[in-house]
Amino acid sequence: MSAIDQRFAQLRASGRKAFIPFVTAGDPSLEVTRDVLLRLSACGCALGEVGIPYSDPIADGPVIQASYTRALDRGIRLKEILATVGALQGEIQMPLVSMVSYSIIRRQGESAFLDAAQAAGLSGAIVPDLLVDEEDGFRRLCHERDFSLIHLVTPTTPPERMRRIAEQSTGFIYFVSVTGITGERTKLPVELLDKVSWLRERTSVPVCIGFGISQVEHVRMLSPVADGLIVGSAFVRRLSESTSPEAAIKACEVLARELISAMDSTQA
Amino acid sequence: MSTTNSTSATSTQVPDSHGRFGAYGGRYVPETLTRALVELEAEYAAARQDATFQSDLEQLLKTFVGRPSPLYHAKRLSQTVGGAQIWFKREDLNHTGAHKINNTLGQALLTLRMGKKRVIAETGAGQHGVATATACAHFGLPCVVYMGAEDVRRQRPNVFSMKLMGAEVRPVTSGSQTLRDAVNEALRDWMASVEDTHYIIGSVIGPHPFPMIVRDFQSVIGKEARQQSLEAWQRLPDSVVACVGGGSNAAGIFFPFIDDSEVRLVGVEAGGLSALPGENASPLTHGQPGVLHGSFSYVMQDEDGQTCPVHSVSAGLDYPGVGPEHSYWKDTGRVQYTECLDGAALETFDRVARTEGILPALESSHAIAKAMEVAVGMPTDKIVLVCLSGRGDKDAAEIARLRGMEY
Repeated sequence: MSAIDQRFAQLRASGRKAFIPFVTAGDPSLEVTRDVLLRLSACGCALGEVGIPYSDPIADGPVIQASYTRALDRGIRLKEILATVGALQGEIQMPLVSMVSYSIIRRQGESAFLDAAQAAGLSGAIVPDLLVDEEDGFRRLCHERDFSLIHLVTPTTPPERMRRIAEQSTGFIYFVSVTGITGERTKLPVELLDKVSWLRERTSVPVCIGFGISQVEHVRMLSPVADGLIVGSAFVRRLSESTSPEAAIKACEVLARELISAMDSTQA
Repeated sequence: MSTTNSTSATSTQVPDSHGRFGAYGGRYVPETLTRALVELEAEYAAARQDATFQSDLEQLLKTFVGRPSPLYHAKRLSQTVGGAQIWFKREDLNHTGAHKINNTLGQALLTLRMGKKRVIAETGAGQHGVATATACAHFGLPCVVYMGAEDVRRQRPNVFSMKLMGAEVRPVTSGSQTLRDAVNEALRDWMASVEDTHYIIGSVIGPHPFPMIVRDFQSVIGKEARQQSLEAWQRLPDSVVACVGGGSNAAGIFFPFIDDSEVRLVGVEAGGLSALPGENASPLTHGQPGVLHGSFSYVMQDEDGQTCPVHSVSAGLDYPGVGPEHSYWKDTGRVQYTECLDGAALETFDRVARTEGILPALESSHAIAKAMEVAVGMPTDKIVLVCLSGRGDKDAAEIARLRGMEY
């Protein structure tokens, strides 16, 4: 059982849902990344998702892409990111997972990447460009190490394939809300609710929804059918737009508290 | 490393059902795109067997593109070199001025077959953008072309042509503002539009089945060249040379010669200014295997796996990756890959203009420069065939700018 499995078991036992913020490592700085993760954990986030900047992200919208570019332009290196995350061990309550391109994993070597990620205390990875069809070897390695490999399903995934992905996903399943890239949206598709419910009835792995979520109304609409919600661009934008690091962290805390409270009050 | 024999035995069987050329290729994309890629693979498999599809394409290539493109003996150039005879496969004479149209017409027909209503494309030099805009105008399909802002500047005439044919050109200002970023933007568009849009990728790159589809549509170059060689000289050329950015013209001319082990195949990458990182665009020469734009292939990456900046004087070669089948051919040793510097390509452009009355594309100038080197050590009865992949009119303004001349 990975730290993620334990966390979902606790949440389920208490009838609660997971609120999962995403932040880009190193934007605006690794110090802010460290501090905001600590703050988000302290205000009740269940898990944290740490985006490893990549030069050519194709699933990400303009906000996250620009944050990756800013971090890389400042010369951020994978080693420094993992050192920052590693230093949080023992200090931070919420388990952390990385959002990382397979390009980066492959360049390190799969085993070497997992060694480094686990040494830094990461509990799992979301690899947005690694399909279930391509990852036999990597999945085996993750399984042996009890490192969660979180797969994505999308509105274009046919039902049979959705089940297959669910069978191979560990930690949780990342249900992509929209056909498209990451980024805040005013409206989310209603048919999403049926699709998530359908999948949730067929798997014991927790199902979390992400992409486009940023508002209280989204949380009210989606949290009843999911095990958790992931919010990314809304945090990344606050971190980049604020006038000072403390203001940025505070803005993230305010958003997290607002959405968590909406989530808790929506629980059936 | 495999022997030439094992290459011959397997060349017609790649990619395998997982889209693998040996270790290379595959499908490294977000889940959102999977269904469209599976659908494309099935539709293409059906189209390959469909006589009507094949004859429709053949007819278009003949009447709309002007195929077959001729083989041309560059006599004066050969004389100045003083070695083997240099011949050009004249893809520059195709409608729209380059080989790119071979692929876009094939993929536009696939778009219609799949019932998709809109086309997107990326372009570097603009030749693929023009070829896509042309195919879309021909079939009445709406078309959006993503093009790096730096390339929009370098390749103005092509941008204008695309607009004239009704395509929307969207300049891409992220990252290096070149071909790589145009591919990223096209993929992002496709992530949101995949249900009614087909992405006509312009080279033998990207996730399976694109590298195979583009190679097959471009193989018309090599099939014709092989046939024309036998007719003209009753034998095959001694050497075939082509430039390699993503590698579509090279894959197209090489593929039909792969099993002819007596024919030496030479791929020429963009050596840029030097072998220093960031000053060239030669992943097969200076890179290592990695994942970029949906497939595993040689790529210019740093130790973290971040794509490196690249440079080439020619926009069509200014790309940090290369098609997976080229990586496979490199590792099996079937094709030799080398590079040509910016300066040599520019000199060759001038030399071909003055000795032959042909303005070759700067991309193709890389191949001709290397073909002259290959020819120089060979007896005069030997034949070096170069893929003249496109014409250089589009480069005139950039060359004038580089030389401080008026255009």
